[in-house]
Amino acid sequence: MPKPSPVPDALSKPFWDACNEERLVMQTCAQCDWMQYPPREKCTKCGSADHLEWHPVSGRGRISGYCVQHDSRIASLKEDQPFNLAIVELEDHPEIKMFSHLPGTPVGKVPVGGRVHLEFEVTPATGQKVPEWRVVQ
Amino acid sequence: MTQNAPHALLREKEGLGIWEHRGKVAIAGIGHSPADRRWDGNLETSLGAYALIAAQRALDDAGITADDVDGIVASPNGMGAPWAPREYFAQPYDSEDGLSGVSADWIIKQMGLKHIKYAVHHNDINPMMAVAAQSVGDGLAHTILVVRAVGNMPGRYAQKRANTVSGPSQWTDVWGFWGMAQQGYTFNQYCTRYGRSLDGMAPLAVNLRRNGLMFPEGYYAQKKAEPLTAEEYLNSPWVNEPIRMHDCDIPIQAVAAYVVTTAERARDMKQKPVYFLNHCFQGGMIRSSAQTLDECEASCDQLVRKLLGGAGITIEEVDVFNPYDGFITFVQYYLEAFGWHGVKRGEAHDFYGEDIRVEGPHPLMSSGGNLGNGRSRCWHWTDSVQQLQGRAGARQIRDKAEIAVVGLGGVMAAAGSWAVLSNRPDNERSGTAGTDSKD
Repeated sequence: MPKPSPVPDALSKPFWDACNEERLVMQTCAQCDWMQYPPREKCTKCGSADHLEWHPVSGRGRISGYCVQHDSRIASLKEDQPFNLAIVELEDHPEIKMFSHLPGTPVGKVPVGGRVHLEFEVTPATGQKVPEWRVVQ
Repeated sequence: MTQNAPHALLREKEGLGIWEHRGKVAIAGIGHSPADRRWDGNLETSLGAYALIAAQRALDDAGITADDVDGIVASPNGMGAPWAPREYFAQPYDSEDGLSGVSADWIIKQMGLKHIKYAVHHNDINPMMAVAAQSVGDGLAHTILVVRAVGNMPGRYAQKRANTVSGPSQWTDVWGFWGMAQQGYTFNQYCTRYGRSLDGMAPLAVNLRRNGLMFPEGYYAQKKAEPLTAEEYLNSPWVNEPIRMHDCDIPIQAVAAYVVTTAERARDMKQKPVYFLNHCFQGGMIRSSAQTLDECEASCDQLVRKLLGGAGITIEEVDVFNPYDGFITFVQYYLEAFGWHGVKRGEAHDFYGEDIRVEGPHPLMSSGGNLGNGRSRCWHWTDSVQQLQGRAGARQIRDKAEIAVVGLGGVMAAAGSWAVLSNRPDNERSGTAGTDSKD
């Protein structure tokens, strides 16, 4: 599925660089042990800007829910409509929610609560890799 | 150049107590432009031209002139697409201002407002009204003209053709996540938790259009006077399953304007004053990248505590209930959190199946909302004010109309600005009060 390529900025570069190395990292506050995604300039719990670090997380997740896109606003995604858009929560940090098209899962046949594992997908515009998730069979 | 209003004007913190200006600020005039599906390119129907029509009608409704106005709250963000890169016109249409949005500066100049000492912007009608109420209460101005212009250009808006994404969109657009997907996710969780189905909203959708057709200023009443049947609703195409086309408000071009003034001055104006009892702002409660149903419900609960607590009322006192309905799925979260007419969590769809007509015992959203009138987000205000004044015409609810709740959300439920209005400056109910000289 030809996803648009994210353009890294100062805040997001560590995340996207790790994706290119096929590693998933999450911004974590060393002061209060608070993980947050998407990353922010400050910790959303304690407000610290000086203790934010990037920590690796496992590539295991669970499907929290989903919808099916029939009319996306994103031009490059339209040719694959309708498609699944799932919300995946990390197995070790269920408070962290990420998105997925669930490659390999038929449209509308999403096993909510089911386990998924991480993979990475190349986006065509820049070659940037992005996280994706596949249902564990 | 007018600046955005400081966020501090909005009451966001919980536990602030009764609003310090409760009953001391009033809405005294309403004005609407015609409503169109899209701009047809004629300058007579431009957003700027419509803003001038609506503003003048609001002044006329209040029985005042432009010389009586000393403040203005507007929004240069018209919600739709910009006119550029198409060629601009001669002055005053030589920029986006007046075409895709209408700033305070544009209105001041075109209306020849001579006594403006206070002008600010905000991004949508509810925070604009809240800013106006707070500003009048704080003494920053005594009579504020609020003008909300919402535009819709030819073609589709918000379509994203770039093959790269940056800024906040890098976390969403890669997968195509946005507000409608958020609603689909939360609504599916709702149906699973409470054993509900997608079809449970049909009676609400049908009734919102019915109410809208009784709103002479609304888009459907003016331009497409057709009822919506349950079959039509249920068969409308998926946009983002489980969200259908008829679950979404239709973009339109329309302007509404209001006169917000001190309670004292309002009593000398033409209409019965409608008083602010409170306003509050609720940020979106979200831990990560998508709001869960738990977060949605917790956020709505916090909103209720702030809004009703600051007004010093209970939900049992609310006669007119006009929550936000940009997507129809919002309504159930608000209805259940407020517990209006005793509705509890998971019961909204049952309530929709009861008599929710304006003639009936449960006149939910007598405005018809955005679903019943088009996306201007102002219907809730106009209807609430008119209901409390007893001049809502065919929409007038049959029971008493003394206190109203007006809501505006955002992408996430409860993320927005809300207000409580009353036909009396305090919350003494009819038979015990009587300070309004126009009663």
